[in-house]
Amino acid sequence: MTPLDFFTWLSQTPWSVDLHESEIAYSIIESVHVWTLCLFFGLMMMVDLRLLGWTMRAVPVSEFVDRLLPWAIAGFVIMVISGTLLVLAIPLRSYQNLFFRGKMILLVVAGLNAWMFHYRIYPKIAGWGADGVPPKAVRVAGGLSLVMWIAIVFCGRMIAYNWFDCDRQPQPAIINFLTSCVPTPSVY
Amino acid sequence: MLSFFQWCYDTSIGETIRESTWLFPLIEAFHLVGLGLTAGAVLIVDLRLLGVGLSRQPAAQLSAAVEPWLLGSLSLMFASGIPLFLSEAVKCYYSYAFWVKMASLVLALAFAFTVRRHVARTGPAADRPLQGRLTALISLALWFGVAWGGRWIGFS
Repeated sequence: MTPLDFFTWLSQTPWSVDLHESEIAYSIIESVHVWTLCLFFGLMMMVDLRLLGWTMRAVPVSEFVDRLLPWAIAGFVIMVISGTLLVLAIPLRSYQNLFFRGKMILLVVAGLNAWMFHYRIYPKIAGWGADGVPPKAVRVAGGLSLVMWIAIVFCGRMIAYNWFDCDRQPQPAIINFLTSCVPTPSVY
Repeated sequence: MLSFFQWCYDTSIGETIRESTWLFPLIEAFHLVGLGLTAGAVLIVDLRLLGVGLSRQPAAQLSAAVEPWLLGSLSLMFASGIPLFLSEAVKCYYSYAFWVKMASLVLALAFAFTVRRHVARTGPAADRPLQGRLTALISLALWFGVAWGGRWIGFS
């Protein structure tokens, strides 16, 4: 089964069809996605700004990690659930969407950066006073996180637009390659 | 009132955005980043007033520290939101979500820079936790309305 087969199959499941056809359910799920964006992305940026030493330097980094990050992670869990439902409502188009693909790749990279921070950088600074301006490795991790989450939000917003959609041909070959789109001649 | 919205719609900024494929989505993305930053700055203090999050720090200290970020992010919200509004002002006039958002926004801003700031500055002292919690809940409810209205303008 190719990914294309999988997403085609997914789009024919009753759940997907129901979600796709329910205007109110889709709108509510999208609203939940935006509210939890406030919780996750908002707090994440505050954590990143602290890691950069740009705000609240009097508050130890450990306070942010121990007491604020759990709230951000709770927001992230709801973002993943609501985001998955949004994909379930429009599986095939999401799979072949340039910005959706970019967003997924950036999510993996942001995840790796978070992993690096938590398991490679943060344990080493536990002994360090943890207030004031953090060491360079911490600032780099915070800066990368900030840039990537902003890029993820940009990509997420652009998914809604159909400039590069497979059913809008002709597209440059590079676009069709990046979206795994095989345009049928009849579409032209 | 409608003629004012029509005038907004007819401005050259509104027209430029309408005629461009990329401008509206691009400004929207900046608006979303501003939303996140505003939410972060608001949540730091509201969670604290609720007694969670950075609850070991004085609310007054957190409030003062995030205020430049709150003001900066609100500026970004206005700088991106006003052009978005100009490009579809007439649609907004007929959108109830838009009016919900504007009413919530006025109340949220007024509340943030009067009662909420006062409560955070004087500190919800240990003997008055209820005042802090109530303030945070009102603040969160009002910003919730702003975000909800904003998202639903796009659905109408």
